Amino acid sequence: MALLAVEGITKRFGGVVANHNISFAVQPGEIVGLIGPNGAGKSTLFEVITGYYPPDEGDVWFETQRLVGRRPDQVNRLGIGRTFQKLRPFRNMTVLENVMVAAMQHRADPAGARQEALRYLEFVELADKGDRYAGHLNTGERKRLELARAMATRPRLLLLDEVTGGVDQRTIPTLLQLIARLRRDQGLTLVVIEHNMRVIMSISDRIVALHLGKVIADGPPSAVGKDRRVIEAYLGEAFATPAGAGPGA
Amino acid sequence: MAGTTGPVERADAEAPASRRPGWGAVLLAALLGAVLVFPWVFRLPYHRDVAIKIFLYAMLAQAWNILAGYCGQISLGHAVFFGTGAYTSTVLQMRWGWNPWLGLVAGIVVAVALSQVIGYPCFRLRGHYFAIATIAIGEIVQTVGINWEFIGGARGLTMPLRKDSLLAFQFHASKYPYYYIMAGLLALCMLVSWRIERTRLGYYFRAIREDPAAAQSVGISITKYKLIAIAISAAFVAAGGTFYAQYVLYLDPDSVLPLSLSILVCLLAVVGGTGTLWGPLVGAALLIPLSEFTRIQFGGTGGAVDLLIYGALLTSVAVFQPAGLVGMVQRWRGR
Repeated sequence: MALLAVEGITKRFGGVVANHNISFAVQPGEIVGLIGPNGAGKSTLFEVITGYYPPDEGDVWFETQRLVGRRPDQVNRLGIGRTFQKLRPFRNMTVLENVMVAAMQHRADPAGARQEALRYLEFVELADKGDRYAGHLNTGERKRLELARAMATRPRLLLLDEVTGGVDQRTIPTLLQLIARLRRDQGLTLVVIEHNMRVIMSISDRIVALHLGKVIADGPPSAVGKDRRVIEAYLGEAFATPAGAGPGA
Repeated sequence: MAGTTGPVERADAEAPASRRPGWGAVLLAALLGAVLVFPWVFRLPYHRDVAIKIFLYAMLAQAWNILAGYCGQISLGHAVFFGTGAYTSTVLQMRWGWNPWLGLVAGIVVAVALSQVIGYPCFRLRGHYFAIATIAIGEIVQTVGINWEFIGGARGLTMPLRKDSLLAFQFHASKYPYYYIMAGLLALCMLVSWRIERTRLGYYFRAIREDPAAAQSVGISITKYKLIAIAISAAFVAAGGTFYAQYVLYLDPDSVLPLSLSILVCLLAVVGGTGTLWGPLVGAALLIPLSEFTRIQFGGTGGAVDLLIYGALLTSVAVFQPAGLVGMVQRWRGR
């Protein structure tokens, strides 16, 4: 059984169709990359899956649980964590407190939540910045903080929206290693939105490509990278050549 | 906002007391001692009256702070809960002979129920829209109070006088019993706030204040916790309303349901420091005596002078120290 099944999701904003009849499934343990040009509907799809936007049509299933109609907090408590494209740390809380809040879903006592939060901060290599206010972190640190915060809710499925967006080149390998460890050490299933093609192709088991709200390709990275529609809509001809450098590369 | 580093030690519930038992404990003991001996040093009714008002408004501001300071829901309609507490206990007492202490509990129950009825639809509104909605509700409730003869209408209600007794909640010979009752209520309110700060509830409130969408992403039901915050807040404000009714022995819509009361409560917390334990008390201790002073100095000719000073203070706080006076002290201490 698929861990996540997206079935015919359509989401409209007035006359704009952000998602049009999108369907795909994510198997347990997979890392699925979600790619597409700006405005393709990737982040909207995350919002629909996690309960922030109600879809106009279609369904989303997390194993046997229907997600449509549930609030974001209910979706999270089922076992789906997420990060945001536009970073949303609790700015006037410390780094440690940010993660403690998430850990408190399973550990109500602050002392226990603190211990658990420290473990996640160590995982993302932010333990030494625990007493800083989150608003004072740089972009790369905030990305890692959001990752730790999402992990602290103990999800089984993690949706990561633009992990490397706005992050300097030196930090990207660290984030990639973290994502690889999330599956290896934590046994998580991941859906990752990413514009950096080298990144997404290297970490994903499967790629789902969106264009103008529709799925135009779904398959292994090697096949999607050569797909004519994906190249025309997003990657460009340069990516198809061996030495090419696609978007974000 | 605070400095670059934050209070990691606050994450450990036991840390502040265990690591710094010195000055904090000494100051707290000194404060408690001063509160206890005050009415025996200052025997004039006027001094005791000012102290009682400081305690009352500090409690109202602290209760407001639970909803607005910690949870980020700016209410400008808290007079509704004050009036609910005052009217519930008074009407029950005058019409059906209820004991005022039972009336106080009933006032709390009614105010909490009302807070849920108001909160459930209004919490769908974000930011300024929520604040505007609370103003509108406050005005509606005041208009109802003015026109509802059952609760005295615009003429108000005058409490029947009874002999001095704790059971009757009336003391005419001296104000000191009122003083200690109000000090106890304030202490209880601050104890609850202190406890909230150190439990999951406080962390959730602050997360909701910081970013509701992000709070939801970590499994926090924002409506549920906002309703909890407004319930706790309404409970203490209603208790304050009953106290006021028993203290003044007269109430009308203009005294217990005005928008100016809601704004005053907000001002006290903002000047002292929202989202802090001591901010509302500091704000009340500063502004209530100031209000009394200007009232005495300028009398009827200067009715709005205290408001002018409030305005200047509030503007200064907003421009120079948005975290309030306590926030400023915390920053100096490097927290």
